[in-house]
Amino acid sequence: MAWVTQTLSSSLGRKVIMSLTGLFLSSFLIVHVAGNLQLFKSDDGRAFNEYTYFMTHNPLIITISYLLYTSILVHALMSVVLTRHNQASRPVKYAYGRPEANSTWSSRNMGILGTVLFLFIVIHMRTFWYEMHFGSVPMAEYDGKQYKDLYAVVQEAFAQWWYVLLYVVSMVALGYHLVHGFQSGFQSLGIRHKKYTPIIEFLGTFVFAILIPALFAAMPIYVFLQVHGII
Amino acid sequence: MELDSKIPEGPLAEKWSRHKFGLKLVNPANKRKYDIIVVGTGLAGASAAASLAELGYNVKAFTFHDSARRAHSIAAQGGINAAKNYQNDGDSVFRLFYDTIKGGDYRAREGNVYRLAEVSVNIIDQCVAQGVPFAREYGGLLANRSFGGAQVSRTFYARGQTGQQLLLGAYHALSRQVANGKVKLITRTEMLDVIVVDGKARGIVTRNLLTGAIESHSAHAVLLCTGGYGNVFYLSTNAMNSNVTAAWRAHKKGAYFSNPCYTQIHPTCIPVKGDYQSKLTLMSESLRNDGRVWVPKNQQDAEKIRKGQMKANDIPEDARDYFLERRYPSFGNLVPRDVASRNAKYVCDEGRGVAPTGLAVYLDFADAIKRDGRKTIEAKYGNLFEMYEKIVGDNPYETPMMIYPAVHYTMGGLWVDYNLMTSVPGLYALGEANFSDHGANRLGASALMQGLADGYFVIPYTVGDYLATIGPGDKVAVDHPAFKEAEQRVHDMNNRLLSIKGSKTVDEYHKALGHIMWDYCGMSRNAEGLKKAKKMIQDLRAEFWQNVRVLGTNEEMNQSLEHAGRVADFLELGELMVDDALHREESCGGHFREEYQTEEGEALRDDANFTYVAAWEYTGDNKPEVLHKEELVFENVKLTQRSYK
Amino acid sequence: MKITLKVWRQKNSNTPGKLVEYQLDNISPDMSFLEMFDVLNGELTKKGEEIIAFDHDCREGICGSCSMYINGRAHGPQTGSTTCQLHMRSFNDGDTIIVEPWRARAFPVIKDLMVDRTAFDRVAQAGGYISVNTGSAPDANEIPVPREIADTAMDAAQCIACGACVAACKNASAMLYVAAKVSHFAVLPQGQAERTMRAERMVAQMDAEGFGACSFTGACSVECPKSISLDHIARLNREYLGAKLTSNNLQG
Repeated sequence: MAWVTQTLSSSLGRKVIMSLTGLFLSSFLIVHVAGNLQLFKSDDGRAFNEYTYFMTHNPLIITISYLLYTSILVHALMSVVLTRHNQASRPVKYAYGRPEANSTWSSRNMGILGTVLFLFIVIHMRTFWYEMHFGSVPMAEYDGKQYKDLYAVVQEAFAQWWYVLLYVVSMVALGYHLVHGFQSGFQSLGIRHKKYTPIIEFLGTFVFAILIPALFAAMPIYVFLQVHGII
Repeated sequence: MELDSKIPEGPLAEKWSRHKFGLKLVNPANKRKYDIIVVGTGLAGASAAASLAELGYNVKAFTFHDSARRAHSIAAQGGINAAKNYQNDGDSVFRLFYDTIKGGDYRAREGNVYRLAEVSVNIIDQCVAQGVPFAREYGGLLANRSFGGAQVSRTFYARGQTGQQLLLGAYHALSRQVANGKVKLITRTEMLDVIVVDGKARGIVTRNLLTGAIESHSAHAVLLCTGGYGNVFYLSTNAMNSNVTAAWRAHKKGAYFSNPCYTQIHPTCIPVKGDYQSKLTLMSESLRNDGRVWVPKNQQDAEKIRKGQMKANDIPEDARDYFLERRYPSFGNLVPRDVASRNAKYVCDEGRGVAPTGLAVYLDFADAIKRDGRKTIEAKYGNLFEMYEKIVGDNPYETPMMIYPAVHYTMGGLWVDYNLMTSVPGLYALGEANFSDHGANRLGASALMQGLADGYFVIPYTVGDYLATIGPGDKVAVDHPAFKEAEQRVHDMNNRLLSIKGSKTVDEYHKALGHIMWDYCGMSRNAEGLKKAKKMIQDLRAEFWQNVRVLGTNEEMNQSLEHAGRVADFLELGELMVDDALHREESCGGHFREEYQTEEGEALRDDANFTYVAAWEYTGDNKPEVLHKEELVFENVKLTQRSYK
Repeated sequence: MKITLKVWRQKNSNTPGKLVEYQLDNISPDMSFLEMFDVLNGELTKKGEEIIAFDHDCREGICGSCSMYINGRAHGPQTGSTTCQLHMRSFNDGDTIIVEPWRARAFPVIKDLMVDRTAFDRVAQAGGYISVNTGSAPDANEIPVPREIADTAMDAAQCIACGACVAACKNASAMLYVAAKVSHFAVLPQGQAERTMRAERMVAQMDAEGFGACSFTGACSVECPKSISLDHIARLNREYLGAKLTSNNLQG
């Protein structure tokens, strides 16, 4: 199996790992944002809680969720490996540089954006995922069946303005991360074609970098405004 | 010494095949017992090194660049000729041979030129197999373009970067042999002497340009593939580091130098701007297909243009002199390079030149743009116009280009026989470094052809004959006194240059030499001027050795010292060029003596007295060189006067 | 024009270097950037100071020797050109210009502005060729190459190996150079026989030389004097992955 390890530890192989994990995480975002749209239903969280129940009990989803956690860790760890390697490739830095003349800010700062997102994911999972699995979540009953009332936890969290702000800022970071990351993922796999690359660029920019983060950011804002009776 | 060109007997078309059969062979198992040194990694050097290594010889290849791929072959734009007759337009090996002999004004050997034409077809095959991305037709077959001096379309090209692609082909072949361990590639190392023991070349002495280390390398044969000496003019289209040092030091060790006065001046270059100018840039000859060359009819208008009081477009049509169209109604702007160059000089000498220096003529595309539309012109020449605009800062779509002739190629070089061996046994010269195939004038797209013919298809056969003759034991080790003495001489010369500590820079001397050469031994020459130039060069050389300023030490990277050594050699070569130009009392090709011209001002050859190759023998520092003559025999072509009226 | 230059001076690879300031008056806007250095070196020689070492040769943008990082950009502010094709009219009177050598672990500084780029040659030696001995080629027209393919190959093959891609990349990655080499041969019919081996070996050598990985910022292509497209990097990724998945080489 020498060829496998050698391939995956080459600079190209490492980028393939980044690409596959990154694109998998991107695809998860679609599921996640679609599911969480339940938050916008005015039913005191019933739809949301039922959706949460499904997500935590369906065996297929549970399997995929482990793949997801692994992807997050591999994506993050590999980025550390790559960043260290890349920095070592230029031991003496330039005294003066004008990188803005030849590349976009986001493309050069994927590491910083990724770090923000990683911290966000830790906080996010502590607040919701940890509470859901190991914390004490109040129960709700619909049609005689008991559900964990994650909706209550959401309301509690997003009632705090700074928590909402944290989410909004993180979603901006997500947008910048994906505006480069999504299309870069295809490039690393060698998928580039006159006909299809514009479609990938469109999806990366308008769907993954703008629409999805905007929907995500709208959720805490919506809940905040609702909890405080503003809407 | 009697000059034996070793041209084989027999009919022209069979000479090479017969000769190849007659050459001794080295048995495959014995090839690894021979070491060959190749100096230079341009088209000739890289192709030779790769091909010899493929055969099994141990090759050491030297370049003063950081990489084998930087040689100036890379800058050739137009293309490479080959008698493939893919266009079905009547081309043949004989026609390519004939065009080349005629283009060279009947001053090249029939045998060599025929062989060149013969192997031209193999070169294209070889390069295509290597992956050279030549231009293609839509059907996938090779495309051709036409070029000056020929009535058939036989030039293969890769956009405007043919030299680059061919060199990369050879570089790739060389890289493969480096990886195989058959070629030891030694970069950033300059050859400074050839070692001759018992009348045979035994190796070279080099300077490591990074550390200054003077080192010896021994071998059974030494190949010099070190290019031309156009930089003796300081300003030329050559690269900054192109020089004559390797060839000149070999000359001083007994290799005859042939026809040094044959210099090609290319008509379409970007004119000199100021004294700071370091090199001249060629604009492809193809521009003359659509551009019209003119200057103002009267001096007053030209004067106003030079002072910036008038612009080209202010000159009305009837006040313009389209001098090439006027003098050569049938060929017009498409006369050969030497004729176009000379006429540009004449009109500038008359005070009708444009540009602040007075040394430029217009190349005007206004009519072509009017006729074909800007789009068509842009498709044809867009990249050239862009390049011009980058350098000059003018937009050639709106104001006419300014051009002036510049030194481009040197037909002269080390004398070699049919086997490419110089007058020193075991020492060979390939490509532009030798004199052999272009006579007094080279046709466009023939330089690449010759470099690759020598390296891929001639030397692999002929060097074997010599090696088989001497045997593997006939080699001298680097601890031989001859190597040690040569190392010491190189040390001494460098120390001498460093110890002068004078007041003028190497560049200043180089420029001064360039001015002398250009003024008196450039586009046109006369006896009086040449005599004057000889004295001026001698004085300049003496002053150089008294007053040049070279800083630093030998034991480090020292670009001033490198340059100083090269200019010292140019200062000697310059005098020989003048001697050669003075002795050749005729005009032919790139050598135009004002005393010898027809009534219409065209070059006038003297076939009765000068149908020979001049081969000069070095006899010692500051001593006159001895002239040897190799008579040129023409059995297959009739010598005629070139006419382009 | 008056120009203030801040130039990286470094005696050799073992000595630390620093930026040194020089004042230049009487600079003509028509001078090339390297001619300005010629003038400066002339003045330095007269003053008895050591000249600034820099690589240069053809001065027409094709040999790939010149390699200066000018005001924060590889080959200076003009796109699609080399340092030798840059002219002083691209600057303003009174400007301060900072000139540094290429910076990369794989390109150690030799002296001043001169760096060692032999890593590129070693990558080429690892497989950047088609194995065909002299004399063994079939007739050139026996290998038809569709025009579009020939154009793509030429787009890649015109790389001048100057190293601007490495210099401009935040990771000092050589992907554009290696991609251009691999791409040139990968698209041509002549290059098929060694296709998988070539991609595997050249990438392995690229990594061994200590270049960084590709972050797809696109800086390389913008600063490339020949504007070589990022398409070729995608092709290299494809070639490499394809080679790894399909070759019979189990050792890596």
